[in-house]
Amino acid sequence: MTTGEAPGPPTGDGHAQLYRTIRLIRRFEERAIELVQSGDIPGIHPCIGQEAAAAGVCAALRPDDVVLSNHRGHGHLLAKGCDPGRLMAEILGRVTGVGRGGGGSLHPADLDSGVYGATATVGHGAAIATGVGWALAQEGGDRVAVAFFGDGAVNQGALLESFNLAALWRVPVLLVCENNLYATTLAAHVGNAGSVVGRAEAFGIPASTVDGQDPVVVRDAARQAVDRARAGGGPSVLELLTYRYQGHHTFELKTHLLYRDKAEVARWQERDPLRIQAERLGAQERELIDAEIEATLEEAVRSALESPEPDPADPLRYLYADGLRTRGGVSYA
Amino acid sequence: MPKLHYLKAMNLALRDEMTRDPAVFLMGEDINLALTNVATGLLHKFGPNRVLETPLSEQGFTNFATGAALTGRRPVVEYQIPFLLMLVLEQIVNQASRFSLMSGGQFRVPVTYLLPASGWKPGWGAQHSDQPYPLFVHMGVKVVLPATPRDAYGLLTSAIRDDDPVVVFAPAAAHGVQETVAFADLVPIPLGVGRVHRAGDDVTVVAMGHLVHDALAVAEDLADEVSVEVFDPRTLHPFDWAGLAASVERTGRLVVLDDANRACGMAGEIIATASEEMRLVAPPRRITRPDGAVLGSVPALDLAMQPNREQLAAAIRRVMKGV
Ligand SMILES: Cc1ncc(C[n+]2csc(CCOP(=O)(O)OP(=O)(O)O)c2C)c(N)n1
Repeated sequence: MTTGEAPGPPTGDGHAQLYRTIRLIRRFEERAIELVQSGDIPGIHPCIGQEAAAAGVCAALRPDDVVLSNHRGHGHLLAKGCDPGRLMAEILGRVTGVGRGGGGSLHPADLDSGVYGATATVGHGAAIATGVGWALAQEGGDRVAVAFFGDGAVNQGALLESFNLAALWRVPVLLVCENNLYATTLAAHVGNAGSVVGRAEAFGIPASTVDGQDPVVVRDAARQAVDRARAGGGPSVLELLTYRYQGHHTFELKTHLLYRDKAEVARWQERDPLRIQAERLGAQERELIDAEIEATLEEAVRSALESPEPDPADPLRYLYADGLRTRGGVSYA
Repeated sequence: MPKLHYLKAMNLALRDEMTRDPAVFLMGEDINLALTNVATGLLHKFGPNRVLETPLSEQGFTNFATGAALTGRRPVVEYQIPFLLMLVLEQIVNQASRFSLMSGGQFRVPVTYLLPASGWKPGWGAQHSDQPYPLFVHMGVKVVLPATPRDAYGLLTSAIRDDDPVVVFAPAAAHGVQETVAFADLVPIPLGVGRVHRAGDDVTVVAMGHLVHDALAVAEDLADEVSVEVFDPRTLHPFDWAGLAASVERTGRLVVLDDANRACGMAGEIIATASEEMRLVAPPRRITRPDGAVLGSVPALDLAMQPNREQLAAAIRRVMKGV
């Protein structure tokens, strides 16, 4: 698809918007990590370094398109338009969060911005997104569904089953693999026989691998796939080559696991999506955006920390859609 | 009045709900030819966008149903054999049934999982012979287990209309049951409401699924000796604890007949709850399959593991003696 193509000229609103999204995700996660270190948040899977994937793909989507996210999902939600204050409140477990604290960092869902959920059973969101995409097409419009998953997920059976269903039934779904080279500590070349693109092609699904650090490249590749899906052309697989600078999870701040060398991290940091996109903007414009984001996040953190926590006396409030209350764990009090 | 066959009742429920609500659709393996007789005529009536023949991809299509449900559709997923539920435990328990809670009520997942064959039939081998309904109860997924054609119609209808995932076990041993019923009497039956099939004064027998018919037969056989009340919870989660309490408060004695394995099963749960919360005048008893794996290849061995009428009669007599 767009592999090797030069990104478009550095002009237009697209660039400022992509920068804003990437900057927002980066700073949101940095603030969240501070809150992990202060003990306010139990832990997160940071996506720092991978922001161009979320920003680029979501820039190719309309607000009424649907995203299924995974365990490393803050960026997907923010890029799809989720309110940062309500997302911060969610991962802090507050009632003002998008899911009233029921989802947390692993499972934030936000109907308003079209993120239908983040499932942590690796790869299975792709199968759910396939059902979403099919149902959207049945409604008769041209909405599309998108699933984000990692390089580890492409070894899950349910994901491959969904490739088959999506291809058979020409489902308007974009299956985005964020290949950050590791599944926890397992290097992709150790865990994955063949290639992501090869898996897709086996099912007759158009697929490509592109630079996942450049948001413009990502956006253009995603747009091509999304346009095809809208026109009835069925699913696509997009593999984005990217990297996470942080550990798999914030628990690595304590464990200091050794599975990648410092030089490798440094090499990828030279291709930092934030820097790549910043260079497409004037200094003044950048500074305005940066200041706006700092103010937004200041308010997001403040209001989230001041929000009430859910009532532990009613932990299963939303377990059933119809409000059914089942027996508690203790039958005498 | 016409005789209604159990399988026909399920077929009618699907047909009526698909007619009433365009969001309802059916998916599963070999449903175009209605291999299990549940989907008979539906493809012809509703077309391939409402009756989706799937490849052998249970994990994929179970998640697919969740996705469709997230957008407001109401999928009914038919599985041919109960062991397939082991394959999709993740998709039902950990995906579908978690969305409402995880999203703080933003999303509902109104999927119905329909098991038209339940593997009881002797001789189908070790991988087709168990009754995994307590697993879902344990995990908080709604479970229904209709014993009669009218209940099959009414409970399947309610399951489809329910906004949560619901697993409907239609035991194969009940598939042959027929009932004389006016079609006008076929109405939705709310989940969580049990049914007293036969009133009695001395002992409450809780029986589930096809075992309701065995319990009724035993109650009849022992009628000169003891007055047996047969209580069918019909839905295992939510469970009609109030209905059971009303029965046990009157009889003071309890026997549970359950076709699932013993440990962590429904029978154990019912007895524990009755012991904690109800007034029993004699120790309760349960009749179940043994713990552990099921060996179903030799019919005699298979039947040896299934609860039977003699065991029930013996348990009732024992409870009446208060030992
Ligand atoms: C099916 C499954 N297996 C294992 C895990 C534990 N786990 C959580 S994240 C993860 C690594 C996932 O790697 P990848 O798909 O590449 O995504 P990344 O974390 O790199 O974004 C693992 C093994 C899980 N959640 N689900």
